[in-house]
Amino acid sequence: MLGYILKRFAVMVVTLWIIITLTFVLMVTLPGSPLNEERTTNETVQANLEAHYNLDEPYYIQYLLYIKSIVTFDFGPSIKQPTETVNDLLGRGFPISFELGMATIIVAVISGIILGIFAALKHNGIIDYLAMTIAVLGISIPNFVLATLLIQTLAVYWNILPAATWSSPVHMIMPTIALATGPMAIIARLTRSTMLEVLTQDYIKMARAKGLKPWKIIIKHALKNALMPVVTIMGTLLAGILTGTFVIEQIFGIPGMGKYFVESINQRDYPVIMGTTVFYSAFLIVMLFLVDIAYGFLDPRIKLHTKGGD
Amino acid sequence: MTSSDQTKFVHSPADIPDDWFKWKDKDPEAAETVSRPSLSYWKDAWKRLKKNKLAMAGLVFLVILGILAVIGPILSPYVVTDQNRPDQFLPPSIDHWFGTDSLGRDVFTRTWYGARISLFVGLMAALIDFFVGVIYGGVSGYKGGRTDSLMMRIIEILYGLPYLLVVILLLVVMGPSLTTIIIALSVTGWVGMARIVRGQVLQIKNFEFVLASKSFGTRTPRIIRKNLLPNTMGPIIVQMTLTVPNAIFAEAFLSFLGLGIQSPYASWGVMANDALGAILSGYWWTLFFPAFFISFTMFAFNVLGDGLQDALDPKLRK
Repeated sequence: MLGYILKRFAVMVVTLWIIITLTFVLMVTLPGSPLNEERTTNETVQANLEAHYNLDEPYYIQYLLYIKSIVTFDFGPSIKQPTETVNDLLGRGFPISFELGMATIIVAVISGIILGIFAALKHNGIIDYLAMTIAVLGISIPNFVLATLLIQTLAVYWNILPAATWSSPVHMIMPTIALATGPMAIIARLTRSTMLEVLTQDYIKMARAKGLKPWKIIIKHALKNALMPVVTIMGTLLAGILTGTFVIEQIFGIPGMGKYFVESINQRDYPVIMGTTVFYSAFLIVMLFLVDIAYGFLDPRIKLHTKGGD
Repeated sequence: MTSSDQTKFVHSPADIPDDWFKWKDKDPEAAETVSRPSLSYWKDAWKRLKKNKLAMAGLVFLVILGILAVIGPILSPYVVTDQNRPDQFLPPSIDHWFGTDSLGRDVFTRTWYGARISLFVGLMAALIDFFVGVIYGGVSGYKGGRTDSLMMRIIEILYGLPYLLVVILLLVVMGPSLTTIIIALSVTGWVGMARIVRGQVLQIKNFEFVLASKSFGTRTPRIIRKNLLPNTMGPIIVQMTLTVPNAIFAEAFLSFLGLGIQSPYASWGVMANDALGAILSGYWWTLFFPAFFISFTMFAFNVLGDGLQDALDPKLRK
C-alpha cells in the first residue's frame, strides 16, 4: 500500500511540476512585457518596475522565483486591479465556488447512483428507458444551455426561483441543478452498467439464496462493488464540475472564482489567469491523488498487487 | 455433456466411448454447409446497428446536419456576418426562418455556419486523436516492456493534467482562432485513445493468429497494419464517435467564454453567448436554435457511439 501511495505521489508531483513549468513557459513566451501597457513610464521607472517584479533577472532565476512564489502560495498582484492580489481574489471567490462545487457533487453522486440503481433493477423496463433517456440528455445538453433554460423557465416565466446572485440556499438551487445534471448522467450510466454486471454474479445469487432481503442485497453486496467505477471517474468529474463553474457563475452572476477567472481571461489579466490555472490545477491534481488513494483502500486487488511487487 | 449418473471416469479423450456421441443433424454433410450467409465483421456490425433505432436516428440526423452545414449557408440569401440594425430581433418568419439576432443577423444562416464550425472541430479533433492515439498506443502496446511502461508513465502524467484548464491557458497565449482551438484540444485529447489502443494491442498481440503471422516472417509494420489494427478498430471507432461530442462541447464552451470563434463569425457557442442577454427580453429564438443544435448533435453522436459500441462488440453477436 505504501508503495502504491508513493508511486501515486511521485506522479502527482511530476504533473504539478509540468503544469507549473507550462504556465511559466507560456507566460515568458507571451508577446511583450506585462508592464508594457503603462506607456507613460520613463526608462528608470520601467527598470525599477522590472526589478520590482524580478523581470530583469535571467529566465532561470525568474523560474526559481516563480516556483518559490507558488510553493509559498503567493500568486502576486492582479495587473488590471492593482489594489488586489490574486490571493485576495482566490480568498474571496474560492469559498463560494467550493460551496457550489460541493453541492453539485453531492447532488450528482446521490441522484446519479439512485437513478442508476433503479435503471439496473428494472432492466429494459420503462424506468430503465426513462432513466437512460434522462442520462443521455443530461450528457448531451451543455450546462450553459441548461442554465439559461432554467433561468428562462423557473425564474423568468414562472418566477419561483431567484435568477441570479448567491445570497441564500434558494439561490443555490438552479446553479446546482445546471451544474450537476451532466455528472449525474455520467454516474447514472456507469452505475447502471456495473450494477447490471454485478447483479448476475454468483455471490448475489448466493445472497438471494440465503434469503436476504432484496434491498439489503443491493446495498450491502451489489452497490459496494458497483460503486468502484464511480470512484475511478470522480477525478474527471471534478475537473468537469470545476471548469463548469466558470460559465455557471458567469451566467448566474455568482461572485465565485470562476467569475473572476472569466473576467481575467476577457481582460487578459495574465497574473490572475496563471495564478488561477496553477491553483485550480494543483487543486485538481491533489484531488485526483486522493481519489487514487481512496481507490487503493477500497479495492483490495491493488493492495495485493503492490505487496507482490515490493 | 456427461450426466451425473455416469459412473465411468474419463481420463483422456481416448477413453470416451463412441456411443456417447451422436450426430446432431441427421445428415452429417448438411452440418458442413454454412447455413447463414457469410458476413464480414463490418457487414455484421452494420446489420446490427441498423436494428438499433435510436442509433440510426442519430446517424440520419448527423447526415442531414452535415448536408445542411455544407449547403445551408449557400441556400440562404444572407451572409453570416451581415448586420442589419433595423431588422434586429425579428421573430422567425418567411424571410428569416430562424429569426434574427441583436444585430439583425440571420439566425438560420448563422446556425448552419455554426454547424460547419462545430462539425469541423469535432471531426478534426477525432482525426488527430485517431492518428496520434493509434500510433502512440500501438507502439506502446506492441513493444511492451520498458518502452511500454515509460510511455504509460507519460500518459499517466498527461492524464492528470486538467484538460480544459490547459486548453484555456493555451488559447489565452496563442490567441483565439479555429486553428488554435483544434491544436489546443489535440494536445491532451489523444490520451484516452492511446490508452484504449494500447490495451487492445496488448491483448491481441499474444493471440495465435498474430503468432502465426510472425512465424511466417511478417514484418512488424505489416503485422500492426494487417493483424492488430483491424481487430482494434471497433473500440477505436467508438472512442472517435465519443470524442466528437466532447470536442463540440469544448468548442461551444470556449466560444461561450470568449476564447473560441470570435463574433461576428458564428459558432453555436458564440451564438448562445450573444443570446444570453436577449432571451431575458423574450427573444427566445436567438438561443433556442444554437442550443437545440448543440444538444441534438451531441445527443446524436452519443447514441450513435452507444449503438456502435454494441454493434462492434463481437461478443454481443447473436
